[in-house]
Amino acid sequence: MKMRNFTGKTLRWEWREGVIELMLDHEPANEIGTAMLAELEKFVASFESLAPETSVCIIASARKSVFSAGGDLRELYATAAAVPAKDRPAGVRVFLERIHAVLNAIDAAPFVTIAAVHGACLGGGLELALACDMIIADKMARFAFPELRLGFIPGFGGIPRLKRDLGNAFVRDLLFTGRTVNATRAQAVGLVAQLAGEGEALRIARSTAAQITKYDAVTRAAAKKFIKPIPHDELRREIDLFCELFTRPTVMAALKKFVEGSGPMPYLP
Amino acid sequence: MRTLEQTTQEVLDLATKHFQLPAGTLAPGDDFFKKLGIDSLQTLEMLSRLENHFGIELPDYEVQGVSDFKTLAERIQSRL
Repeated sequence: MKMRNFTGKTLRWEWREGVIELMLDHEPANEIGTAMLAELEKFVASFESLAPETSVCIIASARKSVFSAGGDLRELYATAAAVPAKDRPAGVRVFLERIHAVLNAIDAAPFVTIAAVHGACLGGGLELALACDMIIADKMARFAFPELRLGFIPGFGGIPRLKRDLGNAFVRDLLFTGRTVNATRAQAVGLVAQLAGEGEALRIARSTAAQITKYDAVTRAAAKKFIKPIPHDELRREIDLFCELFTRPTVMAALKKFVEGSGPMPYLP
Repeated sequence: MRTLEQTTQEVLDLATKHFQLPAGTLAPGDDFFKKLGIDSLQTLEMLSRLENHFGIELPDYEVQGVSDFKTLAERIQSRL
């Protein structure tokens, strides 16, 4: 079924003149939990029918000061705490398999995908942006992989996709320090394609989309497939490693600390 | 090269403008978390504003635990 427009509980999308705009809009900070995952699955399921008439997809946020804070850690903690420790990895694996399928579909979409990022783009939020072909960032945007503080690694394909695009120096800095980097630095290392003024990322993404639509669809899709191979083997290994690390008691302790904390830098240990 | 006093004043001016406060509201020794009541997303915004203004990178872990403008200015000064 062709679903050109959709409004859900966590996101909405609209198709117009060859461009799909997906707006994440889930309080408080576009956390990616089961509710958003289900609607993202609905979104990628529409690709097949929309692809023939779509040149570009823009993913942006309707929330102030944030693209996405990443995986829903409160939900993760509550879900994991409700089951015996031995059953936790299996539950996590199911979620990871589903989010990987979504991000792989975005990564391989037969049209160009642009993440228009403003504000915080952390963890799973950065992994969503990394699945896109280009990131256009507001100069106030900040990027980070803060997962190590919780005792696990980024689980939505972050490391394989970051490694695909960028040098090891930056990948390791981001991963091992958990620090946030600003948009200027992110552009300097090749993570961000274009810098936008404050509040201008979506406008610039639309302008870029208008340019992209001028090119022949077959050529564009072939070029994308040629320059952007999906690192399937590493993505599989990432899920295995995440599940292995998730069995350790330190993970639940770190999640509990996060859920109960209220500090100004909850993404740091 | 800015002096620490200049850097501190610029930090105060930036925060005053960012949070749309009347001039002179903030002082170097103020605890900005208590005085401004800022949350984690606003902290990140302020970090971006400071980095963009001073043209530096200020790793979060270097300012983690810092809560007054003067100490924040000292951390910035060490990166200028």
